[in-house]
Amino acid sequence: MLKIYYVWELPVRICHWINVLSMIMLSITGFFIGSPFITAPETSMFVMGWMRFLHFAFAYLFTVSVAARIVWMFLGNHHASWRAFIPWITAEGRRNFIKMFRYYTFTGKKITYEVGHNPVAATAYLGIFALFIFQIISGFAMYGQFDPGGFWNGLLGGINVLVGNQWLRLLHHGVMWLLAGFIINHVYSGWLMDVKMRNGTMSGIFSGYRYIEPEDL
Amino acid sequence: MKTDLDVNTSPIPEELLQRVDARGINRRDFIKFCTATTAALALPMSFIPTVAQAVEDKRPPVIWVEYQSCSGDSEAFLRGNQPTAGELILDLISLEYADVVMAASGHQAEEAKHQAMEKYKGQYILIVEGSIPTGADGAYCTIGGESAMVDCKKLVQNAAATICVGSCSSFGGIPAAAPNPTNAVSVSSLMPGAAIINLPGCPVNATNLTATIVHFMTFGKLPAVDRLGRPKFAYGKRIHDNCERRGHFDAGQYAESFGDAAHRQGHCLYKLGCKGPETFHNCPTVRYNEGTSWPVMAGHGCIGCSEPGFWDTMSPFYRRLPKVPGFGIEDTADKIGIGLAAATAVAFGVHGVASCFRKGDAMEEDKVVKED
Repeated sequence: MLKIYYVWELPVRICHWINVLSMIMLSITGFFIGSPFITAPETSMFVMGWMRFLHFAFAYLFTVSVAARIVWMFLGNHHASWRAFIPWITAEGRRNFIKMFRYYTFTGKKITYEVGHNPVAATAYLGIFALFIFQIISGFAMYGQFDPGGFWNGLLGGINVLVGNQWLRLLHHGVMWLLAGFIINHVYSGWLMDVKMRNGTMSGIFSGYRYIEPEDL
Repeated sequence: MKTDLDVNTSPIPEELLQRVDARGINRRDFIKFCTATTAALALPMSFIPTVAQAVEDKRPPVIWVEYQSCSGDSEAFLRGNQPTAGELILDLISLEYADVVMAASGHQAEEAKHQAMEKYKGQYILIVEGSIPTGADGAYCTIGGESAMVDCKKLVQNAAATICVGSCSSFGGIPAAAPNPTNAVSVSSLMPGAAIINLPGCPVNATNLTATIVHFMTFGKLPAVDRLGRPKFAYGKRIHDNCERRGHFDAGQYAESFGDAAHRQGHCLYKLGCKGPETFHNCPTVRYNEGTSWPVMAGHGCIGCSEPGFWDTMSPFYRRLPKVPGFGIEDTADKIGIGLAAATAVAFGVHGVASCFRKGDAMEEDKVVKED
């Protein structure tokens, strides 16, 4: 008998969608800051000014969202827990990881039956969290340069010295493209699992529910 | 001593000015110098008498040495206007040794340097121009038979303070740029922990050098520095944040190529690769050549010459971002990024098509109810 499982709690979903919105906004405004593709006809306009304002505003929103999600890793259910992102620490997790990986690479027939993240996806999200944190730190390190000795510069200015201003920019820029690649992969995999698993993968991130046959677990 | 600034009278005591007169220094130039230097140090105007007192009283011995360099910093200093070097600064400091301007040469010059070092041990200000090659045991640069490494170490150890002028002595500069054939290093990497201040720039701004010397004369210590050992009064703000073209940057008006309409109207040079947003220096306010101009004012983007490793990290000078290592010169980060995103989309597209034709991998087949 199929059962309805409440998998993705409200904070998980809110953080997910704030991340989606901020990543889109940050990519557009960030790309503009890197290579301004609009030229303002009047000096009285404030095109770059607004783009930078939006970039910094969404940067703060994104930071709060990522931080809240990390806090929820310790407060939420076991699907939201930090343990969910390191599935390969258990023998079962390793087995399922290989099974799932083989399915993706057309070398295995079966998908692992999971209530929450499959082990391959969970591992990818671990990497994505690392990239998020990298973007936040490198972003605020560069942002802090407007005010040497201020809060952000005092906290992260050492990174500018260590990595170098320009390399930090290049990396911040490059990671944006990695995240763009991830979004393509993420949406595709969501669609694929929605079709193959028939458990409401796609609707789950809106409603929080998934449809699971407990006998198959 | 007056502390409030009065436009009608000089804040500098009359007796002091008379002593200046007696030394044959133009009184007006002296007042201008003290005022401009106090301003350059970002000190309040009430400090003018203190600065004047220190400058008049002391005549610190200075040794100026040059290693792997182009003498550009000496040139910039000799052409400084606050004051004109020949007229004033050489009266205020006691220049014991300076390769470029001294009359003596050869062993005589080396002897003068040695004597000055011994005589003013622990008291002299050392100014270093140029990087120090450490490759081949320092054979790439020798002075009087001694390698720059040995010479520099000895001089720094015995100095009251060391001022590195220009990017080469501060950060290694152009000689240390990849592939760095002579294994050139900065003075602070050669002598970590010594009392060293960096005044990078290509060349150093003479106003900043003079102000640093005056700060040392006035307060007996080097000015406060940032994480890279640069004085905050000169390197505390980003070029971008004091740029006269900043309004065009915020508005969104950019020159696309040299000589286009936007360039002729003085719009922002960001898209021509200006590194003002990455560079800390007081060029926009202090400027070069008698305060006449500076690169961005003259229509060329900043090349970030006062940042570490600028030759490698700030280039290509006409692009915003560095070249991605391992890719061709025409491959920008965005071209590579779009390529990556497109390749991902194609790969998953193919995967998706293949997955659609896969049979027998869908789940809960037995629970599917067929509708009419």
